[in-house]
Amino acid sequence: MDGRLRPGLAERLEAVVGRDHLITHERQLATYASDGLLQYAVMPGLVALPGSAEEVTAVVRACHEAEVPWVARGAGSGLSGGATPVEDGVLIGLSRLRRILEVDLDNGRVLVEPGVTNIAVSQAVAPTHFYPPDPSSQIVCTIGGNVAENSGGAHCFKYGFTTNYVTGLELVLSDGSEVTLGGPELDHPGYDLLGAFVGSEGTLGVATRIWLRVIPKPEAVRTLVAFFGSTVQAGEVVSEIVSGGIVPGAIEMMDNLSIRAAEGATGAGYPMDAGAALVVELDGSEAECETRFEQVVTICEDAGADAVRVARDEVERELIWRTRKAAFAAMGRIAPNYYVQDSVIPRTRLAEVLARIEELAAEYELHVANVFHAGDGNLHPLVCYDGKQPGEAERAEELAGLIVKTCVDAGGSITGEHGVGVDKKRYMPEMFGEPDLSAFQRLRCAFDPDQRANPGKVMPTPRLCGEVPGPYRQHPLEQAGLAERF
Amino acid sequence: MAVRGAPATREELARALKEAADAREPVRFVGGGTKRHWGTSPAEPARELPTAGLDRILEHNAGDLTAVVEAGVPLARAQAAFAEEGQMLALDPPDDGATLGGVVATSDSGPLRGRYGGVRDLVVGIRVALSDGTLAKSGGKVIKNVAGYDLSKLFAGSLGTLGAIVELSVRLHPLPPASATAIGHSADPAELGQALLALLRAPLEHSGFDVRWSAGRGALLVRFAGAAPGPQAELAERLLREAGLETEIANADEDLWAEQRGRQRADRRDDAVVRVSGLPTRLPALLGAADRLGASLVGRAGLGLSWLRLSEPSTAQIEELRRELHPSPCVVLDRPASLDVDPWGPVDPAARALMQRVKDHFDPAGACAPGVFAGGL
Repeated sequence: MDGRLRPGLAERLEAVVGRDHLITHERQLATYASDGLLQYAVMPGLVALPGSAEEVTAVVRACHEAEVPWVARGAGSGLSGGATPVEDGVLIGLSRLRRILEVDLDNGRVLVEPGVTNIAVSQAVAPTHFYPPDPSSQIVCTIGGNVAENSGGAHCFKYGFTTNYVTGLELVLSDGSEVTLGGPELDHPGYDLLGAFVGSEGTLGVATRIWLRVIPKPEAVRTLVAFFGSTVQAGEVVSEIVSGGIVPGAIEMMDNLSIRAAEGATGAGYPMDAGAALVVELDGSEAECETRFEQVVTICEDAGADAVRVARDEVERELIWRTRKAAFAAMGRIAPNYYVQDSVIPRTRLAEVLARIEELAAEYELHVANVFHAGDGNLHPLVCYDGKQPGEAERAEELAGLIVKTCVDAGGSITGEHGVGVDKKRYMPEMFGEPDLSAFQRLRCAFDPDQRANPGKVMPTPRLCGEVPGPYRQHPLEQAGLAERF
Repeated sequence: MAVRGAPATREELARALKEAADAREPVRFVGGGTKRHWGTSPAEPARELPTAGLDRILEHNAGDLTAVVEAGVPLARAQAAFAEEGQMLALDPPDDGATLGGVVATSDSGPLRGRYGGVRDLVVGIRVALSDGTLAKSGGKVIKNVAGYDLSKLFAGSLGTLGAIVELSVRLHPLPPASATAIGHSADPAELGQALLALLRAPLEHSGFDVRWSAGRGALLVRFAGAAPGPQAELAERLLREAGLETEIANADEDLWAEQRGRQRADRRDDAVVRVSGLPTRLPALLGAADRLGASLVGRAGLGLSWLRLSEPSTAQIEELRRELHPSPCVVLDRPASLDVDPWGPVDPAARALMQRVKDHFDPAGACAPGVFAGGL
C-alpha cells in the first residue's frame, strides 16, 4: 500500500489510534473490503479502529488535512454496499465504540456510542422497556449503522423507523469539526439537521454519540400465522385488516418458495404447498389486543385461510419469528446465489406487482422468492440464480432491475430500509429528477463541501460542490401534463 | 379559494419566488396566516407570497393510508376529507385556519403527538420551490422509503427560510372508534411529577398524555383511544390514584382535549407563549417556575414539551425562565409586539454555522424570510 496514501497519514493515524488499531496489511485489509453485500469489494488504503469519540475526530481531521476520503463502518452488515471502502481511502471502523453511556428510563432515553449493537440497547432497558426499530440483523448491526441507514424492521409499520427514535447526535463533520444536534430533549431551535442526518448513509459525517428514545414494553402480544392458497389472497387479507382500522405491530408475508426454504431450516411444520404464509402480530393493551385479535382471526378465516395457527406461548411465538427471519438465509436451499431487493410499493398495488414479478421471472427463466413487510408494502424479492451458470448472474441482475422499475412505476420506492449505497444508486433517476438530485447535493455540500465522507454512494453520478445549480427546466412532457415525477 | 395575486400552481409560485429573489426583494410565504408573528421580527418588510392558490387534495389513497396534498389546503378541510374514509392525519395543532403547509413550516402539533409523533414523523414526501426557481422533491408517497436525503425534515419547522413548501405526502392513521381519558388532579408539583414517572413506566398505550397547570393547581390527563379503551383508562386512573392524585375518568373527552390544544396559544394580545423542550423528570421544576412567574401551562407530559403562558411578559422574565430551565430550550412563539426578546434563544455556535451553510445552499439569494429564524438566519 506504500505510496497509495498521502505520505505521513499512516504515521499520523497510528499516533491517534495506536499500532494495534491501525490495519495496514493487505490480508487484514481484505476483511473490510465488503459489507453485507459481497458482490462489491474494494480494498481500503488503511483501516483505523478508533477507541473513543475524540479519536474519531482526530482520525477524520487527519484525513481532512491529507485530503483523503474516508468511510465509516459499523458491523458491516448493510445490504446496499453503503460501507464499501473507497480505494486508497481510510476505513474508520467503529466497533470499539460500544459503550452504553447513560440509561435514563424515567425519561425514556439512552445515550450510546455508535458501535453498540441494536439488540444491546433493548437488552440494556429490559425488562420494562424496549427499542422498537428491529432490523433482522439486530444481533450484530450497530446503532451507528442504523442511524446512517435509517433502519427499519418487522415492527416499523406500527412503531416507525430509526429516525423516529433518535433525539440527539454528536457528529464529526468531514473537516474534523464537532457538532451537537438535538439532545435528550425534542425540538431544539433551528433546522432539523438531525432529521436530515439520519438516513444519509454516512455521507454527511460520522456520529460519535447518539441519544435514543426507548419505550415501555406493551402489556400484551398476540401472534398468529395463517396459510393461504396464494399471495394475492393473503394480500387481500392484509388490506382488510388495515382498512378495518387495525394497526398490527407486525404483518409479514412469505410466498411458497420462502416457506419451503424456511421450513427446511426450522422444521416449524408449515405446509410445503401453501401459496402464502401471513404472520400477524398485535401488541398493546390486553383488552385492545384481545378485541382486535379476534377480528384478525375472523378476517383470515372468512377469507378462506387453509389454517390459522395462534401462538399459545412465547416458545411458539419465537418459532414463528425464527421461521420468518430464517427465510433469507435459508434461500441457499433453493438456489446457490440470490440478489436481495428492498423495493416498496403502495400496499394496494400488491396483487398486480406480484403478478408482474411472476411474469418477469418466467420470462427470465429464474425463480424469485418473496418475503416482505406486508403492512408497509416493503417487498424483499430474492432473485435466485446460479453464479456458476454462464450468463445467469447478469440475467438475474437485469431481472432485479426490472423488478425495481415495476415497483417505482407503481408509485413506490427503490429502497425501504436497506439504503441506496452503491447497489441502488443507478436506480435513483427512476425516482428522482435532476432538480431533486441537485437539491440533495445542496445538503451534501453544506455538510461536506469536499465530499470526503463516503463518496460515491447514494448519488447516481458524481457531482461537484460549488457549482451554482441552475434553475430547473421543465421537460416538455411534464409541461403538457403527460408525465409526473412524484 | 382564489386569492388575488396568489399563484395558482407550484410553477407560478416558483416563478414569483425567483422574480422576487432576482429583484433582491425578501419574501415570506403565507398559508392561513395564523402564526405569521412567530419567529424574529424581520428587519425589513417582506413581500408576502400566499400559498392559498395551491389548494388541491391531489390523492387520498385510503387503502394505503396516505395522501398527497398541496401546501395551501387548510388542515381542517384535509381532515374532513380523510374522515370520510374513517382516517385522519394525526396532527391536531390549535389553529382552525392553518394550512397544511403552514403547519409543516412551523412544525406545529397538538396532543396527538404523544402517540403518533409530530410533523417530522408523519410527512413522507415533500415538494419545495427554491429561490432560484427550482422545484424539487424528496421522499415519495409510500410510508417506508429511505431513498435520497430526507428534505421533509429539513423543511419542517424551517419557517419558510429555506424555500416554499408546495406539496406534501403524508401518512394517515385510522380514526379510533372510541376514547376515554383518565384525569388526576393535584396542587403539588412533586406529586404530579411522581405520578407522571409512574405512568411512563407502565405498559400503557395512550393516545395523548398531557399536563396542565394554572394558579397552583394542575392535572395529568391520559387519553386512550381504540376499540377497547376502557380497561387501560381504568389502569391509568388506578396508578394516578396510587400516586396520591384525585382522579376521575371522562368518556366524553373531546372538549377536554380541545381545551388542551387551545391553551397552546395566547388568548390575549398581551400574552406570550413559550415552548419549553424539557424532559418528564424536569416537570416539577417547570411547574415551580410557572408559579413564580404567574404563568399557566399545558404540555405533552410524556414528551417533555410544554407551552407556558405568561401574561404581560417582560424581557427579564424570559431571560430568567431560560436561566432557570437550562438546558431545556425555551422558544417564544406568540408574544406582544412590544416584547424585546430573541424568540429562539441561544443556538450552539457550531450547529449555527452548519445551519448557515444549509441556508446559503438552499436559498443562495437570501430571499426567503431573511432573519426570522433561529440564530438570525
